[in-house]
Amino acid sequence: MKRLATLAGLAALASVPLWLSNLYLLHVLIMTGIFIIAAMSLNLLLGYTGQLSLGHVAFFGIGAYTSSLMSLGFTVHLLPDWPVSLEPKPVWLSMLGGVGMAALCGWVIGRVSFKVRGAYFVIVTVSFAEVVRLVALNWVELTQGPMALNNIPVLRLGIAGYELSFLRKPANYYLVLVVAALAYLLIRRLVNSRAGRAMIALRENEALAASVGIDVTRYLVLAALLSAGIAGAAGALYAHYVRIVDPEVFSFIYTVTMVIMVVTGGKGTLAGPLVGGLIFGLLPEGLRALGIAPEIQWVSYGVLMILIVNFLPAGIVPAVAGVWRGRAAAAVAEPLTANEQASA
Amino acid sequence: MTGTVELSIDRLTIRFGGLTAVEGMSFAVRQGEILSLIGPNGAGKTSAFNAITGYIRPAAGSLSYRGTPLNGLKPHEIAALGIVRTFQKTSVFAGLSVLDNVLIGMHLRSEQHPLAILAGARSVAREEAALVADAHATLRFIGLTTQAGRLASALPYGELRLLEVAIALAAKPRLLLLDEPVCGLNPTETQSFMALIGRIRALGTTVLVVEHDMKMVMGVSDRIVCLNQGRIIADGAPAEIRGNAEVVRAYLGTAWEAARS
Repeated sequence: MKRLATLAGLAALASVPLWLSNLYLLHVLIMTGIFIIAAMSLNLLLGYTGQLSLGHVAFFGIGAYTSSLMSLGFTVHLLPDWPVSLEPKPVWLSMLGGVGMAALCGWVIGRVSFKVRGAYFVIVTVSFAEVVRLVALNWVELTQGPMALNNIPVLRLGIAGYELSFLRKPANYYLVLVVAALAYLLIRRLVNSRAGRAMIALRENEALAASVGIDVTRYLVLAALLSAGIAGAAGALYAHYVRIVDPEVFSFIYTVTMVIMVVTGGKGTLAGPLVGGLIFGLLPEGLRALGIAPEIQWVSYGVLMILIVNFLPAGIVPAVAGVWRGRAAAAVAEPLTANEQASA
Repeated sequence: MTGTVELSIDRLTIRFGGLTAVEGMSFAVRQGEILSLIGPNGAGKTSAFNAITGYIRPAAGSLSYRGTPLNGLKPHEIAALGIVRTFQKTSVFAGLSVLDNVLIGMHLRSEQHPLAILAGARSVAREEAALVADAHATLRFIGLTTQAGRLASALPYGELRLLEVAIALAAKPRLLLLDEPVCGLNPTETQSFMALIGRIRALGTTVLVVEHDMKMVMGVSDRIVCLNQGRIIADGAPAEIRGNAEVVRAYLGTAWEAARS
């Protein structure tokens, strides 16, 4: 039943480019999808291990920059007379490189901050993101700094003599959908396993987790590595879709957007980032379509967020699931009440 | 005095800044016995527990489990040797179901590698099914079967204390350390908890208990070690402890003696 619903949902999503002829809306969906992937990766850390990575955009940007640079090739002088250069690589390999580099950075952050929790973990991640942003801005020889990396090639896959080019929007939509589905599958497998339970145990009660033999650090590092890798994949998708990357990708506002998506959707639930991502990815466009003035758009965006956090503190998905369970329980209880009335 | 030594504590000293919580404590836990650690508040019982399980570093002294030195090991490494503890302050995974609490306790008994998990290997699903079956068996053993699906935070206090023990037992300990397990329970609950300790011993588990409830201590213990101000003042069978003048003066009190005679 559950599997059938998942497949139906996927089929519905896959049908969108077939009936949606408005390319701008398709663009909005693609960008929303990329952000949902990033939000899912953040949810792995924030929702399951309970550690807030407030520099999560760093992994997104590292994925974008690494993938772009590998596909464009570059020459840098690490010492005045010691040039290091890289020939352009195929885009699929570059994207994997972006994922790998982001994952490596996630691993380092996990190792470095193995003893810090809560506010201190937030500080480590924020600082990391700021350092990476400054490097992207100032290492002009490598990143072009504020001039941005331009003409980033699109993904081309050659399968049995037939070449698949991800230049047009429908193709990119499917690419994002496939990566998102894959990320969802990996995260679901993880959180429903002993590894996921170890992460949740860290969130719920670290001392107790250690007392039953869970090497908490190991699982925090694993979560950071995977989370960063998935965020890097989102960044790589972004780079080869938008085809221009500048240090703005490291803006703090993107991290905030991801956090809002996860928290309003429901952190620590699989569907949370999807629901939150869809709402806060599509809402600005929806309001614009309704002809609402931009100032009002931002105000209503904020009001909606405050309402959700105030009235559904656990997020939308847990609230809906709670109502659903309550109804099921009521349905079981009702016949009993009827019997009581009959006997009375 | 039979049985091989399971845990040996040799001249253990614990200091918090200038305060010496435990000084030169030496005793041994023998395989298969139920040993109680008693003494007035602040005598250093919980500190000793924390040192044995790696939560605090002793200032001096050595701890060893079946010949393996415990000094310097992290809590999770000590748990991997088979020493599992509960906490004085009720400690469960409050936001999860009772069943999930027990499943987390079984961490050491599962072995699927993260890569196998991500690849969706068939062995992962097999192990999961076996773990869930085992977790239900543990809940049956403890008597929480009907609560399996309930949120831990929704349990009444008495069942919460049982759940703590269930989590610890899920790790299949060879040596179980219970820190004031019946504190706050009513006499009936304490009575059934005493029976539970007997059943835990029957599994072949050695039990070390810190407890203030003298009825329980006298009822279940094979041996009692009494601490006062960081030092051991008596070590012996319940009958010997009852008659020990120093224990009566420091801890049991003359009212206890009067009630007994």
